[in-house]
Amino acid sequence: MLALQILIDGFAISSLYALGATGFTLIFGVSGVLNLSHGAIMVVAAVIAWWVAGTFGAGPYLGALAGVAASLACAFVTYSVIVRPIQNSPSIPREEKEIFVLTGTLLWGIMLQEAVAYLFTNNPKTVRPLAQGVVMILGVRTPLNEILTAVLSWTAIGLLYLLVNRTRTGKSLLAASMNPRGLTLLGFELSNIYILVWAIYGVLAGIAGVLLGAFLGVSSDNAGTLTASAFSIVVLGGLGSVSGSLMAAYVVGYLETMTAYLVSPSIRTVPVLLLLVAVVYVRPQGLLGRR
Amino acid sequence: MLRSRTFLIVVPTLLVMALLPLGVGGYILGLLTLAYYYAVFAMSWDLLFGFAGEVNFGPSFLIGVGAYTAALLNHYWLWPIPPCLVAGAFAAVVAGAVLAVPALRLTGPYFGLVTLVAVLLLQNVLVLFAGITGGEIGLDLPDVLSIDDNTNYYYALAFMTVSGAILFGLSQSPVGLILQASGQDAIEAAALGFNVAKHKLAAFCISAFFSGLAGAMLIFYLGTASVGTVVDIAVGVNVIIAAVLGGRRTIIGAAVGSIFLIGAGEILRPLGQLSTFVVSAIALVVILFFPGGFMGRLLQAGGRE
Repeated sequence: MLALQILIDGFAISSLYALGATGFTLIFGVSGVLNLSHGAIMVVAAVIAWWVAGTFGAGPYLGALAGVAASLACAFVTYSVIVRPIQNSPSIPREEKEIFVLTGTLLWGIMLQEAVAYLFTNNPKTVRPLAQGVVMILGVRTPLNEILTAVLSWTAIGLLYLLVNRTRTGKSLLAASMNPRGLTLLGFELSNIYILVWAIYGVLAGIAGVLLGAFLGVSSDNAGTLTASAFSIVVLGGLGSVSGSLMAAYVVGYLETMTAYLVSPSIRTVPVLLLLVAVVYVRPQGLLGRR
Repeated sequence: MLRSRTFLIVVPTLLVMALLPLGVGGYILGLLTLAYYYAVFAMSWDLLFGFAGEVNFGPSFLIGVGAYTAALLNHYWLWPIPPCLVAGAFAAVVAGAVLAVPALRLTGPYFGLVTLVAVLLLQNVLVLFAGITGGEIGLDLPDVLSIDDNTNYYYALAFMTVSGAILFGLSQSPVGLILQASGQDAIEAAALGFNVAKHKLAAFCISAFFSGLAGAMLIFYLGTASVGTVVDIAVGVNVIIAAVLGGRRTIIGAAVGSIFLIGAGEILRPLGQLSTFVVSAIALVVILFFPGGFMGRLLQAGGRE
């Protein structure tokens, strides 16, 4: 019974982690950027969805749409105002671009977080779920919303898979992650590809944010934790490897759920941190990473 | 040339700082005292990042280990302050050596993550053993450095000046150059016959020593050790922002950045919640348009590099 409960709860939360981390790892794989404003962007999506759906009274569907749109807008600003100027700046030495992108996106994330806290307070907010009610799965009471979360997460990931592997644009993304210079020589405009990646990232982070808001509730104070968990999942799975991230998301999700149910909710994240340290020492490239 | 120029700026500034207690009130002194301890955090971080090329996302791991070691010894065994400070600094050096082990094997984001995880683990441990460590609320200390604002201010100023001088001197010495070389191209530095591992390990230990000592001094100034003041990720983030803002690879810039960061936070306090927003925005603008930071700009005008 308890095992089944853990299996179901863990699956839903892991799917959500997987979706959140996919966008993060995609950006890294294609353009080599670690976006530390990730958590804040997810928070923005959730809070806008909550505001439009609830206070504004537009209903959960329009709310979700508005949340994703807000996240998309944030992603564009992140790229065009912070990441691109740093990458193109002649006065920053190449080996230091990375730390500048990290610091820049970190500051941007703090700005977003503070803006949300200022405009909407930092109280936890729960987005009105798209589906209400509960169903019994083999005797375990499962909210319909939990199932929907898992289904939507996997739908989004599936669509991304199709986009990357089956379409011409998607293949150019793949090519950009392997050899950007080669792609430029073939006549592709690299900056268009980066814009596309950030657009995909914005949509994925938005969906993840809205679903998270409906599933667990979100407060602006969570931004840092969300970034840290996406970062850990991505490193655990191997930077830039999408399938590695998906696997890592399930490892992390189940480990956390099991700790919370079997030991104590207060040490929920500790085993994951220990696992992470162990993996990074023994296999620095992550579970499925390539060097 | 650089040295004389730097001295010409630094010495008068320090003199003005030393004379400040004659002119300003206790409140501002208290603020600057805090800023000076942060300056030491940021300068130690700059030694690791600017010179050894290691991006340490968890400066508050080293600070926290030093601070809590001193706090626990003082609270439970009633050790007097000086041995507590020594023990705190020593514990931080051990922590720094532990952190250096992955740093020698990992690079870039991987090492960054390990340092981040180190902070999260320390924070979790402190909160889990709240019965001993005081958890989120903090651990009150029977001893404080001094209850007089002026004395506290001079302790902090003297500490910052001495640490700054040592770290700056080190960074300008041959050792600093070797560090810089190993940070920028470890393989070539090794090929030239320098022991990269040894130098990096030393950089970690020195950085940890000053971070831990400053952390321990800070809690004896505040009279309490809590997760929010010495361990939280936000503390580390502030240290990093201060160092990058002031100008990386300058040591002195890190101190300038810290004083600016704390001062700006205070001046903008009337904005309430928005003050953090504005400070971050200013920092972002500086990073985007003047990547060298405050000091980088100043020193470049001098024509070095």
